[in-house]
Amino acid sequence: MLDEIKFAIDGTQIKANKGDTILKAALKHGIYIPHLCDHPDLEPFGGCRLCMVEIKGKGLSISCKVPVEEGLEIITESPEVNKVRRIAAELLIASHHVDCLECARNTDCKLQDVASYIGIEEGRLKRLKRVIKDLPIDDSNPFFIRDLNKCVLCGICIRTCGEILNVGAIDFAFRGTGTLVATVGGKPILQSRCVSCGECVARCPVGALVPKNAERPTREVSTVCTYCGVGCGIKLGVRGGRIVRVRGDVNSPANRGNLCVKGRFGYDFVNHPDRLTSPLIKRNGAFVEATFEEALDLVASKLTDYKGDQFATFASARITTEDNYVVQKFTRAVMGTNNLDHCARL
Amino acid sequence: MEDHLAEILSTHTGRRSELIPILQEAQEKFGYLSDDVIAEVAEFTHVPESTVFGVASFYTQFRFVPQGRNLISVCRGTACHVRGAPMILDEVSRQLSIEDGGTTPDLEYTLETVACIGCCALAPCLTVNGKVEAKLNPKKVKDLLAKEKANEV
Amino acid sequence: MKFEEIAQTAKEEWDALQASAKPSIVVGTATCGRAAGAMEVMEALRNELKEREIEANIMETGCFGLCDAEPLITIKGPGGPSVWYRNVTPEMAGKLVEEHIVKGSPVAEHALGAAGDGQVDGLTAMSDLPMLKFQVRRILFNCGVVDPSNINHYIATGGYQALNKVVSGMSPEDIIDEITRSGLRGLGGAGFPVGRKWDSCRRVPSDVRYVVCNADEGDPGAFQDRSVLEGDPYSVVEGMTIAGYAIGAQKGYIYVRAEYPLAVERLENATAQAKEKGLMGKNILGSGFDFDLEIFQGAGAFVCGESTALVLSIEGKRGMPKPLPRPRTTEVGLWDMPTLLNNVKSYSIVPWILTKGADQFASLGTERCKGTAVFSLTGKMANCGLIEVPMGTTLRQIIYDIGGGIPKGKAFKAVQTGGPSGGCLPAELLDTQVDFDKLTAAGAIMGSGGMVVMDEDTCMVDVARYFLDFTQKESCGECSLCRLGTLQMLQTLEAIVAGEGDPDDIDMLLELGEAIKTGSICGLGQSAPNPALTTIRYFRHEYEAHIHEKKCPARVCKDLISYVISADKCKACMICLRECPVDAIRGAKKEVHVIDQDKCIRCGVCMSVCPERFGAVECIPGRLTEADNA
Ligand SMILES: Cc1cc2nc3c(=O)[nH]c(=O)nc-3n(C[C@H](O)[C@H](O)[C@H](O)COP(=O)(O)O)c2cc1C
Ligand code: SF4
Ligand code: SF4
Ligand code: SF4
Repeated sequence: MLDEIKFAIDGTQIKANKGDTILKAALKHGIYIPHLCDHPDLEPFGGCRLCMVEIKGKGLSISCKVPVEEGLEIITESPEVNKVRRIAAELLIASHHVDCLECARNTDCKLQDVASYIGIEEGRLKRLKRVIKDLPIDDSNPFFIRDLNKCVLCGICIRTCGEILNVGAIDFAFRGTGTLVATVGGKPILQSRCVSCGECVARCPVGALVPKNAERPTREVSTVCTYCGVGCGIKLGVRGGRIVRVRGDVNSPANRGNLCVKGRFGYDFVNHPDRLTSPLIKRNGAFVEATFEEALDLVASKLTDYKGDQFATFASARITTEDNYVVQKFTRAVMGTNNLDHCARL
Repeated sequence: MEDHLAEILSTHTGRRSELIPILQEAQEKFGYLSDDVIAEVAEFTHVPESTVFGVASFYTQFRFVPQGRNLISVCRGTACHVRGAPMILDEVSRQLSIEDGGTTPDLEYTLETVACIGCCALAPCLTVNGKVEAKLNPKKVKDLLAKEKANEV
Repeated sequence: MKFEEIAQTAKEEWDALQASAKPSIVVGTATCGRAAGAMEVMEALRNELKEREIEANIMETGCFGLCDAEPLITIKGPGGPSVWYRNVTPEMAGKLVEEHIVKGSPVAEHALGAAGDGQVDGLTAMSDLPMLKFQVRRILFNCGVVDPSNINHYIATGGYQALNKVVSGMSPEDIIDEITRSGLRGLGGAGFPVGRKWDSCRRVPSDVRYVVCNADEGDPGAFQDRSVLEGDPYSVVEGMTIAGYAIGAQKGYIYVRAEYPLAVERLENATAQAKEKGLMGKNILGSGFDFDLEIFQGAGAFVCGESTALVLSIEGKRGMPKPLPRPRTTEVGLWDMPTLLNNVKSYSIVPWILTKGADQFASLGTERCKGTAVFSLTGKMANCGLIEVPMGTTLRQIIYDIGGGIPKGKAFKAVQTGGPSGGCLPAELLDTQVDFDKLTAAGAIMGSGGMVVMDEDTCMVDVARYFLDFTQKESCGECSLCRLGTLQMLQTLEAIVAGEGDPDDIDMLLELGEAIKTGSICGLGQSAPNPALTTIRYFRHEYEAHIHEKKCPARVCKDLISYVISADKCKACMICLRECPVDAIRGAKKEVHVIDQDKCIRCGVCMSVCPERFGAVECIPGRLTEADNA
């Protein structure tokens, strides 16, 4: 193990990788420190002020920006920490919708995690004025809903769209309490340069960005996306035999969890009634269902009838790059022709 | 309009640090920043449009809708405040039926508040198109605006 | 050109002006003067002179600091004394020209004071004016004295000697050492030792460094940086050039508010002239040192006064401060290069220190704060204006000796220093000395140098509300505590001034305030609660009166006051009745007027129109209803 660092959180000795932040190391070891604006894929932001800890000898500090150091002693619970963190959490809650049961993110919400960690005292919260925004809900995108009234301004979507996608469809606009995540002039997201990849939706910690299909899967199936040769690893979220959600597989080297609009949202075709689920062979002027063995045998039996430029191959972008390689090799080396094309060439 | 913007852009090289100066010059020319201007400046500086809007909307100087023909700026400096600026603002607001930052529907007046216009000894004060009206009270404001409106027609 | 030659030319021009046989007129045309009508006055004077075919030297100058006297002009006949005239109007121009210039007899009734040869009967010597007597003008040395758009005036009065001295023989270490020994602390508010900052910036290994001047001056009650930029721009330019030489930078930026167009104009002119004379640009004074300055206009965001936000703003980004832990701006600043950021006054005093020496600089001040401090003195004061006093002067001296105390026989209530980041100090603390540490200890801060005096008619809850309204609007929105916390404090204060305060509110404000101070990212949030915290600390009873008695003792908060017409004093003149915007006043000719308390919107129009000799309308604490009228 290279560059291992030992330090203590609340008296427990912990080993972490050099370069990890205190927050990251703690979370890896199952120690929860409240946070909203930090995301492992993104540069630290430092805005929510919830991950405040005490570093012995140095005082209060946010933990999402401080790299671990040998021998550090971190205290996650102290009166000083709580004084600030509790107020920060209460302020966020007082300015957030509280109808959790009506929210698509219910039970999967980082603000709920924070609230349950802090422990809500109704009497304290009542002292605060409730400040709820009343912005129109943006449902222009076919795949997801933006409800900025629930936005906690963590900036994760902005950093995702900028740092990971390099699209920059959205950015912070205005300032102070008027701060918003916005497209130019606050127009609906569909009119921006958004490519609907849904990466921001996947990372939003609260119910501000949610998929239009709010059904939750009951189990997941690992597979590879069928759309293109990149071969992104995906997890199909299945519920009662139907796919209801797709997420990127963080362990897939091809995409490390990221997906494009097709892979993430284009799963409707799977359950579509018109979808062909078996090969069709034309018999007596009509297509009839056949097995793959039959179909392949039929094609193979006819191959010897053609050679050279009598023959042409049309390959698909929906098979992997490796399979496409084999197809072209077969066409050139076995069939002896360069008559080869591919749907992604267009 | 495009010609004017092209003229402004021609004096810049497209570096990110020129963004704010370009927006300032564009607003000076057009009175406000339209979506088209933002789009063109974004392209010129190689910055996403959302970012140009984000930067512009961060700063109070920039406007995204046309401004009225007459600009009334009420000073909200500390000296003016303790000498009664809120009453002055209220009175202007009442007389013109617009809030701070608003423009009358006929595009005649825009009302804004500004941080200290630099004549604390003349507090409370406001400016009409840059001309200072000093040591005001609600009655003076009412008369002043009546006079302004009379001049308009 | 050699500096000696440059200085010689400058001196000749200046001497010729002083010895001119023509009468001279100096008009203060800084923003404050212009706001009061200085340009119209200058035009009128020109016309009067032309009519009489008199040739005179008319010179514009910066702000002299006597705001109440604006427009302020000085007239000097050949050989005679200089006489300062106050509150000059275009209508007075003819008389001043005729009497003073043509007849040679100064107009005592409009004069503020006189200086120079041959005293005039009945005129105070300028140096005896209370407003000036107690001041020590180092930073403001040239303000209101020289023509701020003529580099020769600056040079003739000692300018650029420091730069010449520096490039012709001082090492960067010598300079930094001298600045460090002077004890100069940053005059932008935080008071960080200037020499130490320069030294640490110089030590960061890098080929490129930047010098940046913070002229953002966002405090809504402060204008001293503007006055320095308008009245003595060269000193800032020279100071920055010296800083560049000392830290090894070739490029500087002045970040100045776009709301200061005149300052921008003067700075542009100053840099152009400095370049022409070889005092800026390539190979300064033949030394091989190159330095250039660019002016960047801030687009209106108070938070951009914070160092990391300012840097982001120059880079063309949103001014959202960078959270700690992060490297200092002196290490990683503009375009990630080491960057030196100082305030306008911190740079402008540098030439003075290097010319006169660190010891002389340190001869004034307190143990830990040397030199002078500049304040914008405003509010309920007899004399408002811009003043410079030695560090350690007491608030009492400033307010009473210099400011002339509270006008109209009203009682002093509080003095606010440091603007939205500062605090309000009560009468008991009037003997506090002004310096960085002592004001902080008292709960206020030096900050931007705004000093606003409040009298018995100022409501402290409203003052806290005012500042929170400001900071809340100016918060960049990045961190939850500042963004949401200042809004929460503001809304609570708004409820209190509206008579809807809750007994718990004071404790909650304290708790919120402490959390926001500790947990916010930048100095804006870390100081935003100060106005509320200090007013609670020193004026808790006013909060209690609002919350428990539903009264605004200072008669400011609209929902907790009432206007009433005194039956004894009302002459039934119908004036207020006609002017009331909501027709809330009942009455008729010869019938005492009564305000319908339910209709009244407490706009104060009636009080402002009731003839002063009647003075029948009164404003009282507490909210009456129609039932009370009965
Ligand atoms: C919100 C905020 C606003 C500030 N505004 C100003 C300002 O307008 N002018 C200024 O010189 N310093 C301002 N400062 C202080 C600067 O960050 C910085 O400390 C100063 O410019 C350093 O210069 P000095 O050491 O010469 O004082 C501000 C700080 C904060 C946190
Ligand atoms: S869906 Fe993708 S492109 Fe659209 S805003 Fe989100 S991250 Fe950006
Ligand atoms: S929309 Fe979601 S991800 Fe984006 S800033 Fe708001 S809370 Fe964060
Ligand atoms: S304290 Fe306020 S101004 Fe400073 S970074 Fe936080 S939100 Fe922005």
